[in-house]
Amino acid sequence: MTHPYPPSPPLPDEEHARTLLRHMLLIRRFEEKCAELYTQEKIRGFLHLYIGEEAVAAGSIPLLGPDDSVVATYREHGQALVRGVPATNVMAEMYGKIEGCARGRGGSMHIFDAETRFFGGNAIVGGGIPIAVGLALAARRERSLGDSPDELRVTACFFGDGAMAEGEFHESMNLAALWHLPVLFCCENNLYAMGTPLDVAHSETELALRAASYGMPSWTVDGMDVLAVEDATRRAIEAIRGGGGPHFLEFRTYRFRAHSMFDPELYRAKEEVEKWKERDPISLLASRMREADMLDDAGMEELEAEVEAEVEEAVRFSEEGSWEPVEELTRFVYSESDVDGGQSP
Amino acid sequence: MTATYRAAVREAIREAIIRDERVFLMGEDVGRYGGCYAVSKGLLEEFGEDRIRDTPLSESGFVGAGIGAALGGMRPIVEVMTVNFSLLALDQIVNNAATLLHMSGGAFNVPIVIRMATGGGRQVAAQHSRSLEGWYAHIPGLKILTPATLEDARGMLWTALQDPDPVLIFEHVLLYNMEGDLAEDAGAVQIDRAAIRREGRDVSVITYGGSLHKALEAADRLAEDGVSAEVLDLRTLRPLDTEAILQTVARTNRAVIVDEAWRSGSISAEISARITEGAFYHLDAPVARVCGEEVPTPYPKHLEDAALPQVDDIVQAVRSILPGTEGGGS
Ligand SMILES: Cc1ncc(C[n+]2csc(CCOP(=O)(O)OP(=O)(O)O)c2C)c(N)n1
Ligand SMILES: [Mg+2]
Repeated sequence: MTHPYPPSPPLPDEEHARTLLRHMLLIRRFEEKCAELYTQEKIRGFLHLYIGEEAVAAGSIPLLGPDDSVVATYREHGQALVRGVPATNVMAEMYGKIEGCARGRGGSMHIFDAETRFFGGNAIVGGGIPIAVGLALAARRERSLGDSPDELRVTACFFGDGAMAEGEFHESMNLAALWHLPVLFCCENNLYAMGTPLDVAHSETELALRAASYGMPSWTVDGMDVLAVEDATRRAIEAIRGGGGPHFLEFRTYRFRAHSMFDPELYRAKEEVEKWKERDPISLLASRMREADMLDDAGMEELEAEVEAEVEEAVRFSEEGSWEPVEELTRFVYSESDVDGGQSP
Repeated sequence: MTATYRAAVREAIREAIIRDERVFLMGEDVGRYGGCYAVSKGLLEEFGEDRIRDTPLSESGFVGAGIGAALGGMRPIVEVMTVNFSLLALDQIVNNAATLLHMSGGAFNVPIVIRMATGGGRQVAAQHSRSLEGWYAHIPGLKILTPATLEDARGMLWTALQDPDPVLIFEHVLLYNMEGDLAEDAGAVQIDRAAIRREGRDVSVITYGGSLHKALEAADRLAEDGVSAEVLDLRTLRPLDTEAILQTVARTNRAVIVDEAWRSGSISAEISARITEGAFYHLDAPVARVCGEEVPTPYPKHLEDAALPQVDDIVQAVRSILPGTEGGGS
């Protein structure tokens, strides 16, 4: 929290600032609704909320193009929503309904969407990182095969501070740097892995330093400031697309809610949480917009109403959704058509 | 033409790389070293680093990268030196490759082929001698191939690469030097059905991979005594060709299962269970098994030999269930 970040970038134009705010607000309200639905037992299983960390997804993901790829963790509702996976299908997935983006087979932790190249939703800590390296390897190879997008595809890979202790993280960093692959590693450092604080898990808590040891540009970013997130991500993506190889961004952030719905939060003080809430990413941006006369009470109410409508629509859609017939239980263990499988590049 | 199993696998890789530009081979020492069993010798020189990619010692990392590359539209052949080291990539194989299609509701299939050497018999001790293909056969979402002949070594790879889902190919270490005849135009083979490698009337010996050749030798020896053994090569451990297993047992009414892996919780147990479920009333004798001794494979030759199924053991097991023996029934 006391890290000396560079000064926050200037506010963008009003429309853009409003989009950033809207994205963060959508995640916040969507997830507040999820928590409510969880207590009503509409959503079951594990539910990991992103509340407090919205600036990271909102500031980074919109900078990716449609041909780029995203790999995320079990705390991925925010990434999915901002990437453009419809809120209706994300919510239906959490309901376990067939209209969910993975036909309800994955639930909260496993959002997948081919349309937006959203490759999960991986609930093994660190398990998605090698996949991101492989997507980037394919992106590099496809350029020599023709038939690839005009620009080099970038794969953005999200993971937590806890994942940086996993072997798969380190193997992947080495591979990506060694092969100069177009991956953007996005570490969401929220200071805890479940209940284990950063300094109880890591011998070197300056995470960007560790990433830098693989020979890739690595920056520490104020993850509560959506403008800082956006600025750093823009520079990193430009560099990667230009052939600069993998980049690592450590976003310093904080989750305001428990790790999951089962977590009694014994490991941190209420005061600490309250202190971080003073830097709530939504309030930070909103107050800067107000100071610059880009936002007033009416504007905020309008935004809230828009977002609420989207969330309500997602709930309605999910309520009206249907359960997959049990006869279909064993579908999708193997592919159903005999066509030459796999996704076209 | 005369060829080795090793050359047959190499030719299969060459053909795949030439035929499909999305195919590439990746693994530890597949390039400059030529493959730890010399399978890919010369391929780096022929195809270059983009198609023959040496990886660092990061089994989880590069198997996962293979999965990602498959998701990204490539057709990777990932070589893991041996099944023993694949344990470091279990997370990627089981939690990702085998699972993504289902977990994504059919949105993402993973067309990856992972090859690895398996089995014992080279006096390389416990950490280099395991036969864990049966373990992998436990996992829904994977296909498990065990080529035991030159034709299968040559032909299974291309078919596996056409498969939209993850396929694991297990090559028994003792087969690489096996020599035999291979047709000039040998090509792709089906990977769905078992094959009868020797017809017989009195007993079915059911096996796969490296043990096939021991089973065939045992059948030769039994024939000298007038015992006619049918030898079924499973070829694919998942999905298991249950029909072929039940049919051979229905013909001979006796079954011996031969597997280098340990018997507890194994593929041999699974085969035995399927026979009980589907051919119980055809049986004239209890199912017999010849499996690896339940011990980490030891180094000295006499102990290793004792730990692995041998031709004598198979002959003995067959005799034990023939008519007129204690276990053999009428
Ligand atoms: C390999 C593995 N080990 C343990 C777990 C249980 N687990 C789930 S989330 C988590 C903490 C991960 O922390 P971090 O990477 O910092 O991500 P965060 O939850 O803070 O976003 C743990 C230990 C798991 N899912 N996977
Ligand atoms: Mg964390």
